[in-house]
Amino acid sequence: MSNFWHWVVVAIVVGSFIGTMWLLFANARGKAGEGDTGHVWDDDLREYNNPLPRWWLNVFVATTVFGALYLTFYPGLGNFAGRLGWTEQKQLHERLDALKAQRDRQLAKFHDRDVASLATDPAARTLGRNVFLNNCAGCHGADAHGALGFPNLSDKDWLYGGTPEAIVASVTHGRNGQMPAFNGAIDAPTFDALVRYVQHWNDPKLDASVREQAQKQFAITCAACHGPDGHGNQVIGAPNLTDTIWLHGGTRERIRETILFGRRSAMPAHEKILSPDEIKLVSAYVYSLSQQPGE
Amino acid sequence: MSTEAVAAPHYHDKVVRQFTVMTVVWGLVGMSVGAYIAAELLWPLLNFDIPYLTYSRLRPLHTNAVIFAFGGSGLIATSYWVVQRTCRAPLFLPKLAAFTFWGWQTVIVLAAITLPMGITQGKEYAELEWPIDILIAIVWVAYAIVFFGTIARRTVSHIYVANWFYGAFIIAVALLHIVNSAAIPISLTKSYSAYGGAVDAMVEWWYGHNAVGFFLTAGFLGMMYYFVPKQAGRPIYSYRLSVVHFWALISIYMWAGPHHLQYTALPDWVQSLGMVFSLILFAPSWGGMINGIMTLSGAWHKLRDDPILKFLIVSLSFYGMSTFEGPMMSIKTVNALSHYTDWTIGHVHSGALGWVAMITFGSIYALVPKLWNKPAMYSVPAINLHFWLATIGTVLYIVAMWIAGVMQGLMWRAAEADGSLTYSFIESLKATYPFYAMRLGGGLIFLSGMVIMAWNTWKTIMPSAHDAQAAVGTAEAHA
Repeated sequence: MSNFWHWVVVAIVVGSFIGTMWLLFANARGKAGEGDTGHVWDDDLREYNNPLPRWWLNVFVATTVFGALYLTFYPGLGNFAGRLGWTEQKQLHERLDALKAQRDRQLAKFHDRDVASLATDPAARTLGRNVFLNNCAGCHGADAHGALGFPNLSDKDWLYGGTPEAIVASVTHGRNGQMPAFNGAIDAPTFDALVRYVQHWNDPKLDASVREQAQKQFAITCAACHGPDGHGNQVIGAPNLTDTIWLHGGTRERIRETILFGRRSAMPAHEKILSPDEIKLVSAYVYSLSQQPGE
Repeated sequence: MSTEAVAAPHYHDKVVRQFTVMTVVWGLVGMSVGAYIAAELLWPLLNFDIPYLTYSRLRPLHTNAVIFAFGGSGLIATSYWVVQRTCRAPLFLPKLAAFTFWGWQTVIVLAAITLPMGITQGKEYAELEWPIDILIAIVWVAYAIVFFGTIARRTVSHIYVANWFYGAFIIAVALLHIVNSAAIPISLTKSYSAYGGAVDAMVEWWYGHNAVGFFLTAGFLGMMYYFVPKQAGRPIYSYRLSVVHFWALISIYMWAGPHHLQYTALPDWVQSLGMVFSLILFAPSWGGMINGIMTLSGAWHKLRDDPILKFLIVSLSFYGMSTFEGPMMSIKTVNALSHYTDWTIGHVHSGALGWVAMITFGSIYALVPKLWNKPAMYSVPAINLHFWLATIGTVLYIVAMWIAGVMQGLMWRAAEADGSLTYSFIESLKATYPFYAMRLGGGLIFLSGMVIMAWNTWKTIMPSAHDAQAAVGTAEAHA
């Protein structure tokens, strides 16, 4: 701020303080019960001229004094930084540094252990869940059950593999799922057959001619990624089409859309967002979700 | 003073009647929209996937309808009534006054059309696009000419205190609206703010907070200064208190806006000043409450059987409560907890429902019989019922939002020893649900009172068979 504006700010602030205090004390004197001011409006509106309530006057003065003191210790009067040298940025960094030191101490306890062993440690899982809630829950949900387009992490179905190493790799480097669009590449009757075939993969009631027509097309356009048997390929994240789990929806309409227009799924890389220890802990938490008995 | 002896001039009350009716109508509309969006927070399916019904588009419609349509119509109605009576002069340029009515209603209808369509400048309480902004500015200047013209033609020497507040409200709102609405249009329905970055934010909240300060405080204090002493039949408590708190209020309010932007990109010094001036604002704000409530001293018994006075006095209590809460929330450490939570919504509604709406209800109930030459409102017990519904509704609403807000603030900042947050955002939302329900309940109770008011006003205004005979008599007498 230029010197000129600095003094404008100072003048307005100090002027307001002095002005209101002058106004207050110029009107502070007066006795109760002096009768009304003699003014009458609208037949019966009159006004007394009682003195200012003492407690009210004191509150007014006290807040003004507090304001003046505050502005000597904190920034406020233009370029004057205040005697404490306080700034918002300083406060932020002090608190962040303290938090970071505290966090590093916590994480250090788990530094030398692998993901599989951390997954069985309740304390590690709690830490991992905290990382998950703050970084992953936005897409995968607070319960890790996922949503349309975002995989469920609590089941045993994995796009890119469910081993500790695969999970760490997914979190660290992210993943890019690419389903190409086949709009116009397949003739309409074959396309319809393909959609029905994919939707009713294991349904014996599916018409044999439809299945045959679709299988031919599948071998040409789909098998390269999803495998000849449709079981998918975890190396490139091609989903298994033979189960009942649908990343982008399993209705006829959704499957049509997926084949027509393709899908792009992006799991962001977290190597610059989370520390290696945090990645290990959150991976352990995610790993533990699919290791629970009975699920 | 000898003014009492002079016969009252012929006042222009048609425009007052028009604004009064629209106050009730827009109150009903604005509060219904509010209840609907409160229900949407509880049951998001209520938007039926129709863009016009989404929370994001109806919320500005709610705020504009209650502040500018309901509050604005009430302020203009009462100010036209008050300025004529206390100046003993008819309205200056009555045709211009009629224009302010039709102009203001046009603004409101345009808002009701454009906001659900998603046409917005995106500035809170200043959403309306530039063509409507220009119309607002024209109507407002016309309003100022009528109001100050009437004051200039007054036949009493002193300007009554209510008119100071109405006058400050009119001047300040014109200034705020014109400065904040400065924008560069790129089409009829789209414009970009003339300011950028933190400056834009600061101008917006300079406007936003003074909309509270001058529209919702100074304007309604004008209403208070006429209807409280009138209804109580008592003189104003202290002239010198009026002087001190008026000048202190209008000079300090102007600088309190930055408290809406604590801990943001706004420079530190502006944030500090916003907080300091907000704290100093506490005493001047309470000056109005003291003057209003103490006016009743010696006549407290009137509260027992006059529900209109109950409205007026309880509104002053809510005013005192929210003007204590406001300075407190501007303190940086408190603000760090309360900001972005529902506490803010609770604070706004303790002012909006408790103060603004209740003082308006009381004033309208006092005004309607006079405007339509009736001895009293159609049903006095209905006023009493409305009073209790409004009070209970307000309390339920603000208590729900207080608890929800403090809870959200605490949940958002709760951190584990490892530095990670204890709760995800969605968990805080889930925990808020019961309070959303409680808020909707409070809102519906408040709205039911508004329905009773609309019915009572309708019944009072509509001519009965008895009135019809009387009206023939008066018409003949006038002819």
